[in-house]
Amino acid sequence: MSESILEIKDLRVSYGGIEAVKGISLDVHEGKIVTLIGSNGAGKSTTLKSIAGLVKPQSGSIKFKGQELIGLSPDKIVKAGIVLVPEGRRVFPNLTVKENLKMGAYLRKDDLTEDFEYVYSLFPRLKEREWQLAGTLSGGEQQMLAVGRALMSKPELIMMDEPSLGLAPIVVKDIFEIIRTINKAGITVLLIEQNAFMALQNADWAYVLETGTIKTEGEGLDLLDDETIQEAYLGKTRE
Amino acid sequence: MEFAVSQILSGISLGGQYALIAIGYTMVYGILRLINFAHGDVFMIAGVLMVYMSASMPLYISIPAMIIFTVLLGFLIERAAYKPLRSAPRMSVMISAIGVSYLLQNLALYITGGQPKTYPRIPWISKTITIFGARTHVVTVVTPFLVIALVLILTLLIDKTKIGIAMRAVSKDFETSQLMGVKINTVISVTFIIGSFLAAVGSVLYFTNYPTVVPMSGAMPGLKAFVAAVFGGIGSIPGAVIGAFIIGICETLIKGTDYAIFSDAFTFALLIIILVVKPTGIFGEKTTDKV
Repeated sequence: MSESILEIKDLRVSYGGIEAVKGISLDVHEGKIVTLIGSNGAGKSTTLKSIAGLVKPQSGSIKFKGQELIGLSPDKIVKAGIVLVPEGRRVFPNLTVKENLKMGAYLRKDDLTEDFEYVYSLFPRLKEREWQLAGTLSGGEQQMLAVGRALMSKPELIMMDEPSLGLAPIVVKDIFEIIRTINKAGITVLLIEQNAFMALQNADWAYVLETGTIKTEGEGLDLLDDETIQEAYLGKTRE
Repeated sequence: MEFAVSQILSGISLGGQYALIAIGYTMVYGILRLINFAHGDVFMIAGVLMVYMSASMPLYISIPAMIIFTVLLGFLIERAAYKPLRSAPRMSVMISAIGVSYLLQNLALYITGGQPKTYPRIPWISKTITIFGARTHVVTVVTPFLVIALVLILTLLIDKTKIGIAMRAVSKDFETSQLMGVKINTVISVTFIIGSFLAAVGSVLYFTNYPTVVPMSGAMPGLKAFVAAVFGGIGSIPGAVIGAFIIGICETLIKGTDYAIFSDAFTFALLIIILVVKPTGIFGEKTTDKV
């Protein structure tokens, strides 16, 4: 078994008086695809936002390669090697595709030529649209740009918040293929999804979140066969 | 003929001075969605600073020193009055801006004792020259060129540099910019520094044409620059510059007619008309259409 790259212990996060995350603990192993699934309001996004430093947790610890992340500002966390692809893509609509990618490498001072080439080789469509404003791209292209932009920071851990949201099934398939490609290149992936079927199929390890607590965990394919999971998240009814 | 030439020249020059103030309004609005009501008073303080500094120092030191202090003032205002309200409703920040405006006016009143202060004569730009038979000051001719040069530099900065790209990103999405590692507060500070710098340069060009500075000296030019920014489409730099030139020229031309008394009324009537007819102004926020 590989080493843990991210360790979360007893994380509690409150939003305006409501406790969204109620003491969760989880491990992300290096080089794996780990997914958090669960319904709306289960605390998935809040967990990712706490890791990225956008939300301040009440208590608990988030350790990345042994370094405590709680209390660090978002830019320090990016520098440490973690990047978040936010929900709803959030590309900068008023910037060109290329400028969006440059923003992804904001903290880097070294040469970016190879990184541009790498991102364009993953997403040839972005190369074609290099000079176009990101606001004019289709939903799928925007998701590609959001992932490409995240890769520009040369992350060790990439977190994705609902990458399949609002995309056509065929595009969702492409996105998951890209996730596997990125993972094969050595980047650890932490993925949250409402599309539990796709997430479980692709993940090495999965956590099921329910109203702020972890309900079960296991290998992606095992959970896919689990009857209670099927009922709750995959829409299967008992015969 | 001479009269017309001289009117048009001073109109362009006044427009350029408004433009330097208007850019400060429009850039801050672009990033914070805040009408920085204190901006006109920062412009006035730049004038007051110049009066006191030139009294004890030669111009080649006092002008740069005045610019540095004005920039520092703009930076400090943002840190003290707006930054603590970053997550507060926009109305609170606006009220804070109005508070800063009164604070600066009263500070100037206290320092100057309410006496109009004579603005120093800057020999290089207040010399009289003759163009196409019209007699005017050097400043009138220099202003538009200086403004265009500064606007070009600013445009390059925003289009090409890393901080410029970050400014545009932050203006659309604070949270995602943070996820890229951008320090929002640094970008906002840079915006205020640029705005105050341009206002300080503008104050030299503007006050040279007037004998004195008083605590209310910033109010009118500030308001007019604000109208220019709204007219051009607030948030847009080219809009603010073009709006300022139009207002400066129209105002000066009206001043040359029998209706001179209505020149200010014209500017504010223009504000009302633009708000009714096209609230986003000439270059208002572009919406990107899908191709």
